[in-house]
Amino acid sequence: MTMLPGPTPKKLGLAIDLDTCVGCNACVTACKGWNDQGYGAPLSDQNPYGSDPSGTFLNRVHSYEVQPPDGPAQVVNFPRSCLHCEAAPCVTVCPTGASYKRAEDGIVLVNEDACIGCGLCAWACPYGARELDQAAGVMKKCTLCVDRIYNDNLPEVDRVPACVRTCPTGARHFGDFADPNSNVSRLSAERGGMELMPELGTMPVNRYLPPREKGVEQTSPLAPLLDIRATGLAGWLDLVLSRF
Amino acid sequence: MHPAPSVILFTTLSGLGFGFLAFLGAGCLHPASMTAFLLWGLGYALAVGGLLFSTLHLGNPQRAWRAFSQWRTSWLSREGWASVVTLLLLPPVALSDWLGLGWSRLPGMIGAAMCFVTIFTTSMIYAQLKTIPRWNHWITPVLFLAFSGTGGAILAGKVWLAVGGCVVLAAVLVAGWRIGDGRFETVGATMESATGLGSIGKVRVFERGHTAGNYLLREMIFVVGRKHAARLRVIALALAAVVPALILLVAGPHPVAIALAALCHLIGAMAQRWLFFAEAEHVVGLYYGQR
Repeated sequence: MTMLPGPTPKKLGLAIDLDTCVGCNACVTACKGWNDQGYGAPLSDQNPYGSDPSGTFLNRVHSYEVQPPDGPAQVVNFPRSCLHCEAAPCVTVCPTGASYKRAEDGIVLVNEDACIGCGLCAWACPYGARELDQAAGVMKKCTLCVDRIYNDNLPEVDRVPACVRTCPTGARHFGDFADPNSNVSRLSAERGGMELMPELGTMPVNRYLPPREKGVEQTSPLAPLLDIRATGLAGWLDLVLSRF
Repeated sequence: MHPAPSVILFTTLSGLGFGFLAFLGAGCLHPASMTAFLLWGLGYALAVGGLLFSTLHLGNPQRAWRAFSQWRTSWLSREGWASVVTLLLLPPVALSDWLGLGWSRLPGMIGAAMCFVTIFTTSMIYAQLKTIPRWNHWITPVLFLAFSGTGGAILAGKVWLAVGGCVVLAAVLVAGWRIGDGRFETVGATMESATGLGSIGKVRVFERGHTAGNYLLREMIFVVGRKHAARLRVIALALAAVVPALILLVAGPHPVAIALAALCHLIGAMAQRWLFFAEAEHVVGLYYGQR
């Protein structure tokens, strides 16, 4: 059913820490690995060992250079995946009801048996979170590892999305944003968790924790050594030449 | 956006087809016997052919029937319903014209109105998308309706209606380009808002998430051929509106002139539709530093 369910009692999602993410792509690999088995059509690759490889991924890590007005530029690694929006535009555009948002926990999923592969939901998503699998012809997206988080066959420590479980720096946190005392809600409140492209009115659930402010001591300890002042003949020349 | 041939053929052919069916249904022409059969056949061939081309865009076309289920929220589903209802409303009038049965034209009148409802629903598939600012504007439905009405009038051989339609279409085309060119800035999505990093400073792509292409780049970040945009706009404007109007004004409603004008208009519509996709910038391009 492509009607949005309204406010959900739980709002499961991720808090992604842009300060601690080192851009190692472990989450990308873990996501691809887990979603190659079990839930839905496996994430296919086309020509993976050829000259023009391409494939379906539910999570991709970009790197950006941010230039503050004063101070040196910073590199920020930026994982991009489904934000499980409250007003998910990908759900309402679906003509078949394949794209839906779960009333119980807010996870946005695709019923692949009903997906005709028209691609309209991918067009409606501002975040590039949906990719049409070229082998199965159905839309793939982050499931928040719905087949892990409720899976009693897994040890409790593993009942989190694969990307969260694997992250070596602990940059990814999974929890319920509807509960103000959950780990992710508190992290988001403490660190000023951000919504992406709020101007498009999608009301994303996932939050991005901005990079912490860098300390004021930005100059290199070697800086005094680089400030060379000419003496002797060179100093005299410097003085004369700068008069011209 | 990637200008897929299937979607270009779908929107242009079914647009022209439903426009022509509207004129036939409303009784603007009075064809009889074989002429009626051929004209109604042409209208149905264009409309149904266009709809069939749209299924080539699907990854699993065998499930296309499911697209009728979500009419309450989805414009694509509404478009499916509108087109089927329209195509089922018109056969009695078509039969009556062909066999001279003299049946009531009422279903034809309703069918004619439904033709334009169908075109409106098609246009809303594109106009509803906030992620593509150029399309997300009332000018998109106006443009699709102007194309359909003008194309129908040309095929119907109604010279003054067609010429009037061409003038309106030309104005809507120019207005659409002028409005569209500023839409991305109006919506205001930037690399800074896309990444949330604007509070620190100016954002630039340091490295993409992948070295090869992917679905997003192929489907939504299509930049090939935009350098010819200005030339293509002139071609679209000339072929879709100016030349057909001139042909009909000079030669009158002669069948050869009508065919020539309609063909010219259709090629112009295809050029415009190619641009409609190629020039449409999806906000996801911001993550790749592209528009």
